[in-house]
Amino acid sequence: MSILSFTFAAAAATNEAGEQASGVFPPLDVSTFPSQLFWLFITFGLLLLLLSKFLLPRVGGILEDRSNRIADDLDSAARMQRDAELAEKAYDQALSDARAKAHNVSETTRASIAAEINSELAAAEQHAGEQLELAEAKIRKMRAKALSNVDEIAAKTAKNLVEKLHTGTINIATAQKAVKALG
Amino acid sequence: MADPLDPIKQFEIHPMQEFKLGGYDVSFTNSSFVMVMAVVLIGLFLFMGTSKRSLVPGRLQSMTEISYEFVANMVRSTAGRDGLKFFPFIYALFMFILFANMLGLIPFFFTSTSHIVVTFALAMSVMTTVLVVGLWKHGFKFFKLFVPSGVPIAILPLVVLLELISFLSRPFSHGIRLWANMLAGHIMLKLFAGFIIMMFAGLGGVAKIGAIAPFIMVIALTPLEILVAFLQAYVFAILTSVYINDALHPGH
Repeated sequence: MSILSFTFAAAAATNEAGEQASGVFPPLDVSTFPSQLFWLFITFGLLLLLLSKFLLPRVGGILEDRSNRIADDLDSAARMQRDAELAEKAYDQALSDARAKAHNVSETTRASIAAEINSELAAAEQHAGEQLELAEAKIRKMRAKALSNVDEIAAKTAKNLVEKLHTGTINIATAQKAVKALG
Repeated sequence: MADPLDPIKQFEIHPMQEFKLGGYDVSFTNSSFVMVMAVVLIGLFLFMGTSKRSLVPGRLQSMTEISYEFVANMVRSTAGRDGLKFFPFIYALFMFILFANMLGLIPFFFTSTSHIVVTFALAMSVMTTVLVVGLWKHGFKFFKLFVPSGVPIAILPLVVLLELISFLSRPFSHGIRLWANMLAGHIMLKLFAGFIIMMFAGLGGVAKIGAIAPFIMVIALTPLEILVAFLQAYVFAILTSVYINDALHPGH
């Protein structure tokens, strides 16, 4: 504010002093040209110097640092991704190996167990068949024996009956013939 | 001249501190004050914007970086990669004109770029650069700029004459465009602002409300003038890159 009020004070002073530029369109007032050019030269020259030697390299440096940093980060990210892909591949390989191995083991185990079961089953069946045959032979023998016993008993009984009823005697062979004729 | 509503009065230059140099009056004026302010503000803007040097920029640093990239892209796209040697010059022109224009829009501030001697001097600095660089880099071949290839020999003299005129008129159009834009904008703003006061003071009773019309105009014109202030700085900078491109790569 103090500078501005100073401006106005100065302006008022020159106006009172008698309007050196009265009547002339200010931008075409040649009397102000040296001052304008002089200060333009100083200010713009200073700005150019400051910018080219000091300020713009600072901004440019920051931008370059950032783009370098980004490029580095992208590089390391790509490297990490490559590493991750390799690791994944190795993991997949290990997994499929393990799976194949496990499959193998279970297959062989199953096969051996099946073979064992089959052989034991066959042995058991054979044993059971033998037993069955033995038992059947025994039964057949017993049945035949029992059947022949029945005939004998019947013949004896018939002989006894005939003798008791007839009070005579009959030959056992005749009785047996009769039993057979009945049976 | 005593009329406070005179729209021309705002362009008057008043010395703040008298200086004499070799018989010339080089007083520190309100115009010089705004130019110094512009340089100080640009310096602070860039210095403070880069003081942290952070990888992820804050607000101010973003703005400095955007201004840098904006001008750098402009130079690169119009003048090519070797045009970047002139990047500080074009950046300085852009920022100086932008800040001088913007400061001029603040009430009670002077507009340095509303004086033709300033804008013409800036345009001449561009033309001098173009001529020196063109002649130094290409020697006599630089004048091929005026002789487009593939033009029939019959009309070649005419084309060369036109090219020469267009080249020589560049500093004038370059300087006058900026000057006239700033001058006209400020005259218009001041005129409408003066109407507000005139209508409010001159009209009686309910008619005072009529002063709202120029007031709305001022409100509408101010953003337009801010746009013009930016646009003129941009146009000046991009045309400078185009001219420097001519100096670097003459021959169409």
